[in-house]
Amino acid sequence: MSPSSSAGPGPERAPSDAAASDDAASFNDTASSNDPMRPDDHVDAPAPAPRSGSGPKLGPLGWFRFFWRQLTSMRTAIVLLLLLAVGAIPGSLVPQRSSDPNGVLQVRAENPDLVWLYDALSLHEVYSSPWFSAIYILLFTSLVGCVIPRLAHHWKAMRAKPPRTPARLSRLVGFQTVPGDASDLDRAERSLRKLGYRTARYGDSVSAERGYLRETGNLLFHIALLAMILVVGLGSGFGYSGQRLIVEGRSFANTLSSYDTFDSGQWFDGASLPAFSVQLDDLEVVYETENPNAIGAPLDFTAHLSVTEDGAARGEQIKVNEPLAIDNADLYLISNGYAPRISVRDAEGTVVYDEYTPFLAQDDLMTSLGVMKLPGGLDEQLGLRGFFYPTAGQLDTGAFTSVYPDLAYPLLSLQAFTGDLGLDAGVPRSVYALETDEMTQIAGGDSGTDALTLELGQTAEIPGGLGTITFEDVRRYGVIEVHVDYTQIAVFWIAMTIVVSLLGSLLIPRRRLWVKAAGGRLELAGLARGEDPALERAVDELAKRLGGDGERRASEGDAAADAVNPVGPGRRE
Amino acid sequence: MPAADLDSFSLLLVYSAMAVYTLAFIAYAVDVARRSAVRSVPAAARELVGAGGPTSATGPDPSAPLAPALPGRGARIGFTLTVLAWVLHLGGALLRGLAAGRVPWANMYEFALTGVAVIVGVFVLSRLWKDLNFLGVFMTGIAVVFLGTATVNYYVAPTPLPPALQTYWLVIHVFVATLATGLMGLGTGLSVLQLIKERRDNGFLRSLPTPVQLEDLAYRVGVIGFIFWTFTLIAGAIWAEHAWGRYWGWDTKEVWTFVIWVIYAGYIHARATRGWRGSRSAWLQIIGFTAIIFNFTIVNQFFTGLHAYSGL
Repeated sequence: MSPSSSAGPGPERAPSDAAASDDAASFNDTASSNDPMRPDDHVDAPAPAPRSGSGPKLGPLGWFRFFWRQLTSMRTAIVLLLLLAVGAIPGSLVPQRSSDPNGVLQVRAENPDLVWLYDALSLHEVYSSPWFSAIYILLFTSLVGCVIPRLAHHWKAMRAKPPRTPARLSRLVGFQTVPGDASDLDRAERSLRKLGYRTARYGDSVSAERGYLRETGNLLFHIALLAMILVVGLGSGFGYSGQRLIVEGRSFANTLSSYDTFDSGQWFDGASLPAFSVQLDDLEVVYETENPNAIGAPLDFTAHLSVTEDGAARGEQIKVNEPLAIDNADLYLISNGYAPRISVRDAEGTVVYDEYTPFLAQDDLMTSLGVMKLPGGLDEQLGLRGFFYPTAGQLDTGAFTSVYPDLAYPLLSLQAFTGDLGLDAGVPRSVYALETDEMTQIAGGDSGTDALTLELGQTAEIPGGLGTITFEDVRRYGVIEVHVDYTQIAVFWIAMTIVVSLLGSLLIPRRRLWVKAAGGRLELAGLARGEDPALERAVDELAKRLGGDGERRASEGDAAADAVNPVGPGRRE
Repeated sequence: MPAADLDSFSLLLVYSAMAVYTLAFIAYAVDVARRSAVRSVPAAARELVGAGGPTSATGPDPSAPLAPALPGRGARIGFTLTVLAWVLHLGGALLRGLAAGRVPWANMYEFALTGVAVIVGVFVLSRLWKDLNFLGVFMTGIAVVFLGTATVNYYVAPTPLPPALQTYWLVIHVFVATLATGLMGLGTGLSVLQLIKERRDNGFLRSLPTPVQLEDLAYRVGVIGFIFWTFTLIAGAIWAEHAWGRYWGWDTKEVWTFVIWVIYAGYIHARATRGWRGSRSAWLQIIGFTAIIFNFTIVNQFFTGLHAYSGL
């Protein structure tokens, strides 16, 4: 154990001369029995007794106590904290189902040989994995084991008088004497009280203690952490979040079946969905047009909505940092894109398909990829896959690309496939992917026929005489996320508690000061409980208040004080 | 003045600041070398230096040719240069903000620009509280390396804020993060010196405070940094709730903010644990700050996540 600012004179420093045996007793009194109860290996706790060669045999209860002691020790807490830090890292290296489901699919597709490992170690759900849970449950068990006894102890300490004055103040920090005698103790006590100390008289001495809020803050901080885990763990079980893509002019009702994706906690009750419906009237996007370094960068997204609740409709809006609250749900605009309306007519000119199809943006300039499937209506099943360019430009290679994200020169370029779309096999298929294994390409790629390139309003023949295809219109779509989280408010207040209590536990000094009338003078000294760099100064100030430039004697207290006030100018060599 | 001109002036100031930081670094380094020289003169000469110190202030003292005329003159020059460089640096950050029409910490270049200004600012302003000139070599070295790296690798012309960043949380969350980074950087400098001093105590090292004093200082600075980091984490969660619809989602940047917080929590506990106080806890602070740098550089550039803006 290195010497430190806060290490009080523990019993290991108890005087060795026999004459001072009462001294030792009083030191033990201040240093241990009146201490905040701390784990054995806390620096402020008494040093461990030297181990004897063969200890007594432990019974089951003894073993339990042994393990409990180990678990609630500071050392274990540190090791668990470091394990927690290390254990959290894999979740940033491997895609997580919760935050990056597409990444999970991709990684598994790319490394089929490692899939068993990902699953065995729960690497796609690190933060709910058994091993990560084990770390934090152990950590919080250790925390509970530490907090509860300290809570009880602090409760008693808060209502107890400051501890007895040690027999020898000269061993403590900042020891000094000022002129005065026992009649000045009332004045000293008043000064100390004015400074916020709790005081008690023991014979010809005043014992004072302050900074109880440090331990209060410390305990509150750790209890708030526990509360945070419980509230997040339990509360999130009742919430849900769902996403729904809406094309401008369309609406959706807040029912389970209308969501594209839906996640809910284990105690979520489907009947609890608030009844409302939302129509996306307009998705307004503003792009940078002047700054040459950022032409086309989006500056603002606003979703203008009509919300219908209890039969009444009202206009609302959602912006990126401004979600919309409806009932207990929050609505967010999380992405956007273009949905071209494409119609297909058969050889006779009958419309067999006419829909807005959402295309997914592939880059910042909104080059978008989309898929259409026509299982019926034509002579053969038809699949279309291709790109939408809001403002098309041509590369040197002849390929198209989008040069601006807004709709200045919208263009569709589609490849066409005929054959089996694979929709009849009963296997779920993504609407955003086209399985072309069982299909023949009839336009674009290696088919020998150019891709179908359509400007807005244009119509093209589908090769093979199947019919015609028309680019009718294009609208924007927005993806709205509906989120219900009953924990938010509680978590917010717990977080505030954490900040405030942390400030208290780290910045409020807990210290004891003593003033003792002895030998025709007043002796002053202090003792730090925890980090307290200003203890020596506090003793000096008290000395000044008591009328005197305290006369300092070289003492053990000074040695400790050196550690307290290290690099004062001039103190260095 | 057009924004582009403001930005070139900003760059000019940043380059000047880097040059002056380099000079300050040299002055500090010379000071360190001289301190080593002082220690190598025989004890008798050292006595002389002590006695001759005041007189040599008025002129060179031939009786003590090996010793610096004023102990720490190099350090004083270094400090003055550091302040000058810092003012240029602040000017550069300010103009960058004006050029972009917003706070100058919205992409990696700007975050580094402002972050290093805060690190140096913490060092300069700590002078009001303690003389930490022995950290000068470390701090100016960091300033030159970080600013240089950021200007070369991360510079982008100012662009408008993407919608997700257009909120006062950018001002709060990110600035507090730079403050925390600055304080933890200073604490780490102290921890490094503490470890060096524990291992060897010769040359200029003898002019440093004791390892225990360094450890106490490092802890006090680190604790303030930890408080700011806690605030960063919570402010980030509130912002995430507004922008992304959840306050915590284990996004890569969130993971690393959490990891750093936990490492520092470990550091604070280690400080209060017998057998961990001293060099072990110092290592934890160093690991924590390394994680911050890792979070800023590697995680930002190579890990996929939601904290990706403005190209860089």
